[in-house]
Amino acid sequence: MLEHAWVIPAITFTSFWLILFFGRRLPKGGSEIGILAVGSTLVLSCVMVAQWVGRAKTLAVGHGEEIEHIRGPVDNTVRWFTSGQFRVRVGTHVDGLTVVMLFTVALISFLVHVFSTNYMEGDRRFTHYFASLSLFTTGMYVLVTASTTLAALFGWELMGLCSFMLIGHWWEEKPNSNAALKAFFTTRTGDIGLLVGISILFWAAGGTFDIAKINQAALSGQISHTVLVVAACALLAAVIGKSAQFPLHTWLPDAMAGPTPVSALIHAATMVVAGVYLLARVYGVFWVGFHIPDGGFNFVAAVGATTIVIAAVLAFVQRDIKKVLAYSTISQLGYMVMALGVGAWTAAIFHLFTHAMFKALLFLGSGSVSHSVHSFDMVDDMGGLRKPMPKTFATFMVGSLALAGLFPLAGFWSKDEILLGAGENGYKVFMIVGLVGAFMTAMYMTRCVYLTFFGEYRGHGHPHESPLPILGPLYVLTVFSVGAGLLNAPFTHEWFGKLIENETFFHAGVATHDFSVPDALISTVVVLAAIGIGYLLFFQGKLPRGVTARQPLARVGYTFLANRYYLDHIYTGGVVGGISGPIARAAYWFNQNVLDGIVNGVAIVAKKFADWQYKYIDQGAIDGTVNGSGHGAEGLGGFFRTIQTGRVQQYGALLFGATALLALALVLTV
Amino acid sequence: MNDFLNDWGLTLAVFLPLLGAVVMMVIPRGEEDTHKIVALVSTLLSGAVGVWLLFNFDYDHSHKLQFARSDSWIEVINSRYHIGIDGISLPLLVLSMFITILVVIYSWNHFPEPHNPKAFLALTLVLEVGMNGTFVAQDLILFFVFFELVLLPMYFMIGVWGGEQRQYAAIKFFLFTLFGSALMILSFLALYFKGGQTFDMPQLIQVAQANISHNTALWIFGGLFMGFAIKVPMFPFHTWLPDAHTQAPTQGSVILAAILLKLGTYGFIRIAIPILPEAAHTWAPWIGGLAVVGIIYGALGCLAQTDLKRLIAFSSVAHMGFVMLGIATLTPVGINAAIFGMVAHGLITGMLFFIAGSVKDRFHTLEIRRLGGLLVQAPRLGWILGFCAMASLGLPGLAGFWGEFPAILSAYSPAAGMSEALFRTYMVIASVGTVLAAGYLLWMFQRTAFGNPPEEFADHHIHDVHGPEWLAWTPMLAGIVVLGVLPGLLLNITNPAVMAAFSRI
Repeated sequence: MLEHAWVIPAITFTSFWLILFFGRRLPKGGSEIGILAVGSTLVLSCVMVAQWVGRAKTLAVGHGEEIEHIRGPVDNTVRWFTSGQFRVRVGTHVDGLTVVMLFTVALISFLVHVFSTNYMEGDRRFTHYFASLSLFTTGMYVLVTASTTLAALFGWELMGLCSFMLIGHWWEEKPNSNAALKAFFTTRTGDIGLLVGISILFWAAGGTFDIAKINQAALSGQISHTVLVVAACALLAAVIGKSAQFPLHTWLPDAMAGPTPVSALIHAATMVVAGVYLLARVYGVFWVGFHIPDGGFNFVAAVGATTIVIAAVLAFVQRDIKKVLAYSTISQLGYMVMALGVGAWTAAIFHLFTHAMFKALLFLGSGSVSHSVHSFDMVDDMGGLRKPMPKTFATFMVGSLALAGLFPLAGFWSKDEILLGAGENGYKVFMIVGLVGAFMTAMYMTRCVYLTFFGEYRGHGHPHESPLPILGPLYVLTVFSVGAGLLNAPFTHEWFGKLIENETFFHAGVATHDFSVPDALISTVVVLAAIGIGYLLFFQGKLPRGVTARQPLARVGYTFLANRYYLDHIYTGGVVGGISGPIARAAYWFNQNVLDGIVNGVAIVAKKFADWQYKYIDQGAIDGTVNGSGHGAEGLGGFFRTIQTGRVQQYGALLFGATALLALALVLTV
Repeated sequence: MNDFLNDWGLTLAVFLPLLGAVVMMVIPRGEEDTHKIVALVSTLLSGAVGVWLLFNFDYDHSHKLQFARSDSWIEVINSRYHIGIDGISLPLLVLSMFITILVVIYSWNHFPEPHNPKAFLALTLVLEVGMNGTFVAQDLILFFVFFELVLLPMYFMIGVWGGEQRQYAAIKFFLFTLFGSALMILSFLALYFKGGQTFDMPQLIQVAQANISHNTALWIFGGLFMGFAIKVPMFPFHTWLPDAHTQAPTQGSVILAAILLKLGTYGFIRIAIPILPEAAHTWAPWIGGLAVVGIIYGALGCLAQTDLKRLIAFSSVAHMGFVMLGIATLTPVGINAAIFGMVAHGLITGMLFFIAGSVKDRFHTLEIRRLGGLLVQAPRLGWILGFCAMASLGLPGLAGFWGEFPAILSAYSPAAGMSEALFRTYMVIASVGTVLAAGYLLWMFQRTAFGNPPEEFADHHIHDVHGPEWLAWTPMLAGIVVLGVLPGLLLNITNPAVMAAFSRI
């Protein structure tokens, strides 16, 4: 199966077409095809994980004495096309990173499919929805199995398309289609970097899109450092767009306009991690380009760290439960990017994996809640839901604690590794930022849980527990949110890390660190403190009431946050509004008045000249001199009269004849 | 049969539509169905020859002229009836045949006012003669004759069947193009006198460079540039295009976008650059500069539009900018991208104009502000519009991508001796253009297709895509997907020819 990884995207791609054409005629509206397809890819991805584990370690990596043997990647490519002297191949590159990603995507996608059968029941475009899910899953599969940057771009953009369709699923309402457009534009803005970066690396690596060769060329010093820095910056722009990093993160909260299961799939567990995956995949370029092993400071880590804090702060001021989770996602993606920036490669992927589990759990949990109260507003329509919805509550609690990073849940292990890596690799400042982020994460989740499940019910109607198709996926994800972290714990001998660490990882010489009890204790204390303070503030109501009314400074701060740092104003009003408004209008004015003015002016002058010529030369001078030969003048006059009537053929013939004469003159004299 | 077609296939492919037009002349105007059938049959016959050519083309030697013949024609100036196709012209010839057939099918029940299918279809057939002929001509005078032959039918199509300002648009189109043609024929004559007393393209490619001094070559190239750049059209010679497109009937717009614009870019690839490569070298940075200005400028123009058709017209300026950028690199990768871009733009923008025509048929307006909720009233039409918008913005997996991204890719590494820094700047600017393209296309899609139908149309019954539309569109939609997934289908044809012609530059 490792050689035939292409089967996996092929299955879901076929499923897309089947649902599109036949879905409506089926009893379950096409959802059965989708579930069957994604279910079989889940099975196949499990098979692939097993085969990968069982694969012989034959590839020697490392330098000098420290030769180690790891499992070699499995490539399967075919000729795609030839342009110039370059033969471009397409195919799959399977290694530990690939199989883990495949499993993660397949699992989440499958659970989202199951969840959606109930959640989306009776939707006006049920069949479309499932078709889009299939196509979306295909996009992610293509990305993670791609052996070349070009094929990765296919998956990348396919997901962009599907997120456009899914976010704008209820496109009758303007805000939804606005959100869809915003997501597409913003990621597309980052994609400028992707197009440029892929182009640069193609030439720099000697005319190839092959990712393994690009990594090799970057790490062996074959590519000059200047080129690598530019390429790395370009690719980072793409990562910032797709993985919603500061300052291009603003599309993600808006993208919550889509159906909730879509948020779980796209905006927590899969599409937004595409950027992180890309970063991890072409790590050689970043590793050398940004001097990652040198420690201290670098651009990738800085982007990640900024995002962690910026987004976590905003999570505090949201009323909408999905928006809290959206900002939390941005913040957690910041952790992954920062981890890659500080050289904690394994930790980044591990966090990607655990985060997919508990964030999908939280999103689906919020879906279960909204299914019951028909709203996402925590302040007005929720509260006290732990009683009517005990099962949702229990799973949501587990997800929240896992996100907060409490021992021994999944988030604890992965976040701890990131902090450890930052500390040990000489990025102390970033470790502290990570701890601050952990503190804030635990606290805003305390607020979120309080507003949703504790206190008095503030909504209308009668909340009820959700049915099994909704709870089932929650249970499965709960198991993973508890257990996933153990896969890379000291007592499992970092099984997960050994599984995914690939050629690039060893070739670059990424450092690994053993679990450190003091570090773990520090982060646990921070998290517990945050939950404690959060408990006092939110549960006990110790939050100073009306602080924004009394304190001007606090009011300014709150307004600043409520407007999301005014970034949206700058983008929508400034950049987009500027380009599509005044700048486009000015360009068009230039077109209509200046360029076209010249064209029309020439035509008018030519016409005037013809009139003048007719009146004075033809009728005056010529007619006067050749008065005797009236016949000829009449013919000539008739000729010019036809010009005035605007008969284009003659007009043209005249022009044409004149230039032909000119041509002859030029040719003879030059 | 094969021997016969080997000799006469190309001639048949070019002139069969003319035969059809002649037959139509003797059929009374009232017999509309007969006219439709004659037109369809003659385009289909020509297309059948095209299919035969496709099957018998020697793809391993696509750099060689095939199905060629050379007969004496105008002996006094040593101009011959020399025709033939290689890997560069084959795709465009086939595209031209293919689009004309679909245009005839679409016309079946879509004749614009003042109706008159006889004249309309006859003009379409004459157009095809000119277009096909341009792609097979191997003699400059022959090329010129075909190149000019397309002007008149298009002039009448716009001037008679066009919109409210058809007169202005038609004259502008005609004069603007003719102005370029005048300079072009001037250059052709100069090539004849200076280059070796021949109009034969393959011969000129061999000898012209050696015979003509660099300075003279620069002037001659300038003349060719004007002729072709106006046709493309390149910024700042594009202003005839939005008017012509907006005023032309749907079929006219489709042919204009899909084929006529390609005559210009084809001229660069077939004539200007191979015959005068050194002059091209000097000119290329300027051409590249105008190309990227066109990309951004065209996109900004789109953003300012309120009319659906005019928006699509402006998008052509931007898309042809990518084609010209690829050409300006003078590298095989860039030229391949350009040819791909030409075919892709033909399919995609052709489709967009078809859709605009169908929207106009149904709503009697193309004012974006008045439209909306197309997906509610005609979901299939709406999704096809969405699909084409995605293709047009260069989504990977659809044909448009292979015109756009490889052009960007090639700009990183232009032909030896040209400024890398300059072309890399072009590369970045062109990439920015892809975002703007997403901007205007999705914005257009949002406002026409999303939302609920506006009040004035809310009670109208809007017919979704119907029979002739499906027949005309399905092949184009399929082509967009197939070429998008398997670019090798096209690149395998063009690459050997492009390598042979351009690797020495």
